Parts: sequence; structure tokens; C-alpha cells
Amino acid sequence: MDLFFFFLFALIAVIAAVNVVLQRQPIASALSLIGVMGSIAVLYLLLGAEFIAMAQIIVYAGAVMVLFVFVIMLLNASPEVRRGRSWTSQLLGVPALLALLGILCYFVQGQFANAGFVKFGNFTGGSAKSVGLALFTDYLLPFEVTSVLILIAIVGAIVLARKEMD
Amino acid sequence: MPEGFQALQNGVPISWYLILSAILFALGVAGFLFRRNIITVFMCIELMLNAVNLSFVAFANQHKLVSGQIFTFFVMVVAAAEAAVGLAIILTVFKNRDTLNIDEIDSLKN
Repeated sequence: MDLFFFFLFALIAVIAAVNVVLQRQPIASALSLIGVMGSIAVLYLLLGAEFIAMAQIIVYAGAVMVLFVFVIMLLNASPEVRRGRSWTSQLLGVPALLALLGILCYFVQGQFANAGFVKFGNFTGGSAKSVGLALFTDYLLPFEVTSVLILIAIVGAIVLARKEMD
Repeated sequence: MPEGFQALQNGVPISWYLILSAILFALGVAGFLFRRNIITVFMCIELMLNAVNLSFVAFANQHKLVSGQIFTFFVMVVAAAEAAVGLAIILTVFKNRDTLNIDEIDSLKN
């Protein structure tokens, strides 16, 4: 059952990610990216990270992607124009990426081939209670610093996006 | 029944999650390098961040520790802040240049 759900949502994630890269309309890419994030949230649930899965749906699939779609609509983004590339990038681009992927998979298989198995229900340390406990005891300082970061980001975004008034 | 199939009754190997994460990361890199629309390039950065988050959660499961999930949480917070600021920058660029093509936004070149 674990295997079935893993393959189902891994397949959805990969197909949607390919769609993100290949679509020429930005809005289609954005909707595919929501699909990727939703299926990654299900994989988080399978890995026993309930709180992170819900945060993924609320923060990423909800807030961040709404912001993206909002900006795409606001700027009336048109499909991008295709233009000629240099022959080196046409010839070597995809093989170089496949080489990157191959090297990554090779090292992962070499290092973590016997790293154990994921079985749903074996690890229940990802509930809101245990994440909150760790966040407010061991990781209190980074958590507080994060609030300052968000404040700076809000002020920065408003300063960048406002109209000049004088 | 072959040996490998027996082992899969225990669940999904951690390395498969890591390989899925690697595939998503490579797709994000591909989009980041090949696409010419600034918004799509930005979305591919988000895709890469998601791929790395998946491997953090997989490692948290491997070691039966919650620390990896805390790290994912912080990455999410930073990504949300980054998205807000980045989209504000895109809005400003579009207001000044009237284009979203990154080939035409090259004032800092040379």
C-alpha cells in the first residue's frame, strides 16, 4: 500500500514538474506547480510529517501560489517567445542535465541504499505537538529571528511595489 | 518470490524518496536554465526548494528525529519571504521595462 501511494504521487509530482518546465503559458506552469506541491504534501504525510504537510498546503499551495497567480494576472503575462539558442546549449543542455541527474542518483544509491525503509505509521514524531515542542525549546532563537526576517520582507515588498508619491 | 520483492514488503526505501527529490531538483534546474520568462524562472526556484525540502523530511524519517522537519519549516518561511520580495521586484521591473523576458533585462551586463 505504501508502495502504491508512493508511486502514484511520485508520478503525479514528476509529470506536473515536467509540465512546469515545458508549458509556455506562465499560468499553466503555476497551476502545474500547485500539483507538484500537493503531491509532495501527500509524500510528507507518508513520511510521518503531518504538521509540515499541512504547512506545505497552506503556505505553498495556498499563499505563495496565490501570490504567483496574482502577479501573472496583474502583469497579463503572455506566452514566451521562442528564440534561437547557441548550438552548444542546444547540443549539450539536456545531456548535461541527465549527467547531473545520473551522478546524483549514483551517489544516493551508493550512500543510502541500506538506509532503511519508510513505512506509514512507524515514525510519528511529526505531529503539531512534537514539532511545536522542538520549535519553542531547542530552536527558539531561530524562530524569533525568523519573525524579524518576515518583518523585513514585508517592509521590503511594500517599498518595492508601492507607487512613488510626491 | 525474489529477495528484492520480499524487502519491499517493509515499505518504500529511503533512497527512492531521495531519488525522487533529485529528479525534481534536476527538473527545477532545467527550467531555471532553459526558460526565458522571469516568473517561470522564479517558479522553478520554488520547485528546487520543494525538492530539497522533500529530502530533509526523508532524512528526518530515516533518523527518527524531528530536527529535519524543523529545518523544512524554516526553509518554507524563508521561501515565502523570498517569494513576496521577488514578486515585488518583478512588478517593479515590469513597470520600468515593460517586459518579462530575462534576455532584455541586462542593465548589469558589462
